[in-house]
Amino acid sequence: MITIILAGAIATGTAILLPALGELITERAGITNLGTEGAMLGGALAGVMLGIKTGSPWLGILGAIVIGALVSALFAWSVVIRRANQLAAGLIIWFLMLGLTSVIGRSYNGQVLDPIGTLAIPLLSEIPVLGPILFDQSPLVYLGYILIGVIGWVLARTRVGLKVRATGERPLVVAAAGSQPHRIQLLATVIGGGLAGLGGAYLSVGTVGNWSTDMTNGYGFVAVAVVMFSAWRVSWVTVGSVLFGAAIVTASQLQAHGFAINQYLLDALPYVLTLVILVVISARRTSQPEALRAALAPN
Amino acid sequence: MSKVGLSLTVAAVAGVTVLTGCSATAGGDDEITVGVIMVGSENDAGYNQAVSDAATALDAQEGVNVIKADQVAENNSVTDTMQSMVDQGAEVIFATSYGYHQYAVDFAKSHPDVVVMHQSGFYEGDSIPDNFGTYWSAGYELVSLGGIAAGEATESDKIGFIYAFPVAQTIANINAFHLGAASVNPNVTTSLVNTSDWCDPVKQKQAVASLTSQGVDVFSQHQDCQSTVIQAAKDADAKVVGYHYDAADIAGDAWLTGSSWNWAPVMIDIVELAQKDEFTGSEYNDNWLGMLSDGNSSLTLADFGPSVDDATKSMIEEHKASIEAGEESIFTGPIKCQDGSLLVAEGETATYADINGFDCLVEGVVGTLPKS
Repeated sequence: MITIILAGAIATGTAILLPALGELITERAGITNLGTEGAMLGGALAGVMLGIKTGSPWLGILGAIVIGALVSALFAWSVVIRRANQLAAGLIIWFLMLGLTSVIGRSYNGQVLDPIGTLAIPLLSEIPVLGPILFDQSPLVYLGYILIGVIGWVLARTRVGLKVRATGERPLVVAAAGSQPHRIQLLATVIGGGLAGLGGAYLSVGTVGNWSTDMTNGYGFVAVAVVMFSAWRVSWVTVGSVLFGAAIVTASQLQAHGFAINQYLLDALPYVLTLVILVVISARRTSQPEALRAALAPN
Repeated sequence: MSKVGLSLTVAAVAGVTVLTGCSATAGGDDEITVGVIMVGSENDAGYNQAVSDAATALDAQEGVNVIKADQVAENNSVTDTMQSMVDQGAEVIFATSYGYHQYAVDFAKSHPDVVVMHQSGFYEGDSIPDNFGTYWSAGYELVSLGGIAAGEATESDKIGFIYAFPVAQTIANINAFHLGAASVNPNVTTSLVNTSDWCDPVKQKQAVASLTSQGVDVFSQHQDCQSTVIQAAKDADAKVVGYHYDAADIAGDAWLTGSSWNWAPVMIDIVELAQKDEFTGSEYNDNWLGMLSDGNSSLTLADFGPSVDDATKSMIEEHKASIEAGEESIFTGPIKCQDGSLLVAEGETATYADINGFDCLVEGVVGTLPKS
């Protein structure tokens, strides 16, 4: 049962991890994108539409990344160029996408495609205990592993990463150093949106194989919360996402075992558990980007 | 049946589509316009698609124009949608989700010249308005037959039932499904997982995974949308019994059988009465209930899947015939609750009202109902 819960935690946690990694990049550059949920919805629907039309789930995934990026580009334009309030603009993007995907997706409700499913990595998946947990997963989960490493390295160790972080802390210094903080914010937000779109398609194309209205069910908001509570660090974002996944899987496993636990407590468990643990973690540090949600002076 | 979704006025407005374009002569005296409102997508391979199919059949009737609206949330948007239909000339409205009830009743009272029918509800007031009625059919009779197919098909003696909310109909369906399975396979257990949502594919997928890891090899469900559970069960080489809609084409070899709604006869009857101005005082100006045992159920048995053998098929058909003849019921005692207490005494048969009032799960069901 423990192996199943842990494997399920990683599979479900990836639906939080992908958009959360994107949001982490965005927030490091000083932007909070509550439209992440909207970008996920756009990605989830675009993935199914393209996947069904072309017969290739992978083209669907690609399309989802593009749509997620486009949705976030609209958000980025409004907050970086037009200097709109970030929280308000993010919520509007969410509402817009909720309505748009619900209308455009009408004819796709009930249509199915073969989900990408799992791909056991030879040799690695045969390692006792860890193998089935880590290496008998969806290819998109493996992509998540790679992204954890790449994003962590780029943010912490490269010049580009330094510029992104500096934009979130002291945009004026970045400007004085000859870079354009606006451009960095635009790019960070668009990349974040692409990852949110990928996260949406991981649900629709990667996992269940169909579209239904509002199917992301708040995962995008959970991703934003995970980023904030994990003190803007890749490692804790990863832990937070897997924890959330674990709590969701545990709730359903406990029921399947017939344990008599209050249903409403089980439903709340993922949120409560993630919140409590991440609050404990982040209580010790205050590493919020200094200029988070501060509107920059016009270019 | 009722997705408590977000109010999407955009969706509601865009979702209103006039089905027939052939009414160039609209406005003729014997033309009638009918509005049909659904809570979910009309293509959900489930509850709402069954309604949509009936609306299409109704539209094919001589002199009937149907206006359909789907994805209409259970809030004020249903009132707006009904009003917009009446503005387009609708004289009969079918509001088909459980949560529409109060909006439908209020609308009927304020629009005495429009016949308003609410599907799945129950009018509890003293005197029902002259232009209002509810209609529904008992689900548990056919669900028990699906249970027989499941009890025969399981190799692990473990079947899984994925439900949304512990409402009376769902509890009746779970009990009937398990009793049906246990009637042919005394060792069978039915494990429950609840999703707290009428259509949440992510939770549905997770529920199937959890039950599969318990050894469950046959699934049934009481959800609005069926695709995810069916696809996930198929991937796990498990079998499925459907509910609401015949989804055999999605399920392929995994399909055993299922119950699917056929609302067309009832809706056509109601519209004919309205056309003749004979609705008031008719059997539909009431809480109308169809039963297999009364010969007027709106629920039909779906075709059998390829893995169901002839012996099982004929056994199920026989049980169906004797339910129709009023000779047997799956709720004939002795039936015990999970805690061993007697639910239905030996020799007694629970009535429709009894069955929908049960708040205990029968012996052999694994899981508990959420209590608030």
